[in-house]
Amino acid sequence: MTSLRLLKDKVYAKIMLIFTILSVAVVLVIGIGLYLKSVPVLNKISLYTLLTSSVWKPLKGLFGFFPFIMGTLWVTAIAIIIALPLCLLTSFFITEYTPNQLRKILVPFVNLLSGIPPVIFGVWGVLFIVPLIQDHIAPHFVEFSTGYSVLAGGIVLAVMIFPLIVSIVCEVLNTIPKDLKDASLALGATKWETIRKVSLRKAKPGIIAATVLAVSRAFGETIAVLMVCGNNADVPHSVFDPGYPLPALIANNYGEMLSIPMYDSALMFAAFLLFIIILLFNVISRIILARLERKLAL
Amino acid sequence: MIRRKLEENFFRTLMILATILVTGSFFLIVGTILYRGVPFMTWDMISKIPGGGFYIGKEGGVLNAIIGSLYVAGGATVLGLFISIPVAIYINMYLGGRIWLANGLRIAFDVLFGIPSIVYGAFGFLIMVYFGIRASLLGGIVAVTLLVIPILVRTLDEVIRTVPKELGDATLSLGATRWETAKVVIRQIRPGVFTAILLSFGRAIGDVASVLFTAGFSDNIPTSLHQPAATLPLAIFFQLGSPVAEVQGRAYASALILTIIVLIITILSSILAKRFSKNNSR
Repeated sequence: MTSLRLLKDKVYAKIMLIFTILSVAVVLVIGIGLYLKSVPVLNKISLYTLLTSSVWKPLKGLFGFFPFIMGTLWVTAIAIIIALPLCLLTSFFITEYTPNQLRKILVPFVNLLSGIPPVIFGVWGVLFIVPLIQDHIAPHFVEFSTGYSVLAGGIVLAVMIFPLIVSIVCEVLNTIPKDLKDASLALGATKWETIRKVSLRKAKPGIIAATVLAVSRAFGETIAVLMVCGNNADVPHSVFDPGYPLPALIANNYGEMLSIPMYDSALMFAAFLLFIIILLFNVISRIILARLERKLAL
Repeated sequence: MIRRKLEENFFRTLMILATILVTGSFFLIVGTILYRGVPFMTWDMISKIPGGGFYIGKEGGVLNAIIGSLYVAGGATVLGLFISIPVAIYINMYLGGRIWLANGLRIAFDVLFGIPSIVYGAFGFLIMVYFGIRASLLGGIVAVTLLVIPILVRTLDEVIRTVPKELGDATLSLGATRWETAKVVIRQIRPGVFTAILLSFGRAIGDVASVLFTAGFSDNIPTSLHQPAATLPLAIFFQLGSPVAEVQGRAYASALILTIIVLIITILSSILAKRFSKNNSR
């Protein structure tokens, strides 16, 4: 009887081990799969040319990813520039200034935002942000803009990464010992001075990790950006120019990619590129966050 | 002194404004969707599949996409649970003292969580081409399962960690095997499992990029795993791209349907989570 129970325990342990290994190994399988698929295009065109050429003519077998890489960078940079200061101020306000009651009302709304699907952000972008840019913002700066621009993509993305940054930064701020802040306040510093000189300094690694996570989230976001960005395969020169980020490129062309030689390989290379960058960013920020957590536990 | 006070007040105002903007963006989004979606909302939208000429503004609804989305999200969540419950148990109960290994695995799942759905979609498409499977309900479910496994594992893991260690120790010391202990723990975390299910379902039903390549699109409700299935987010995306005003309006109405579904799920899961944490503090 006992041996049967032990046997059962061991068998289940093995099964669970296999499940665990398999689900983690997905990372490797995805990486290898995408790489193998991008080998044909890498053999034909050098990595340097792929990354720096601006000529995108799939029918002639010319694949230059530079405009798409720039599109991704523009959109991401705009999103971070908008979101980071707003989110830091919000996190400081939530953790340092608000009484518990108000906090209990504020935090759920940030969480609700994180539950909204990307396509809804996209619809909102088309209905609200794009007309806003076209009619009210762009006319002050440029002669004409349809509103479908990297700025629209950046704003929509910024709103999408609000909850991510706020939740991580709030968590990090909450771990800062109250004694430190009390000491600073007791010495006569104002609340803002305490935030700037104590909290901000202490929370720096956490803020960096949150930002890196937000960047990688912005890199990979597909549908919402695709809907508002204009999707024009040129390098954007101003925030009112349309852009064409990498994920949008993949999503828009999957239908025809099997009919043109090398096209599927080139698109899988784009996916591989995204995968590697995002993987790297995620590993870095997760390690920073795990370290912070461990330091706290000690 | 006055300068410092001014600075304090200035930044406090800035913080209040930022907080209003960040928390208010939720209302702005839902408000926009409501305002534009409600005029186009009809009973037909949720009770009928697209009729002939639906895409030029004739009658019909998006029942095909609603059902398709429920199938994909439901299938993926069920499949994901079968994989992630054992994984979460393994991480917490079978690794014994090897905490570094458990933490390493946690980081690995966090990283998996960060991989964008377009990569899962592209990878799913790759596999389907390799095995010669066409875009179908099954393909969509598999791709979305990959997407939700990290969410399920990490949520379940957090929940299992809230179970008092004494409970497991007591069970073990009575001579139970680890597997028997795991069964006791699972019974303890039932509400937490529901939270995980809802979170995963909410993410699965709203995602486009993973089903774009894999599930295909169809005007009919799929009757087998090998038929292509429409999904609600994809329906919104396609309809919005139409030049016909009536069809665009339907995109707003479909967006409203999706928003309502997702909000119900999110609110339910946060209520459950709250109740669960209350149970625990006792």
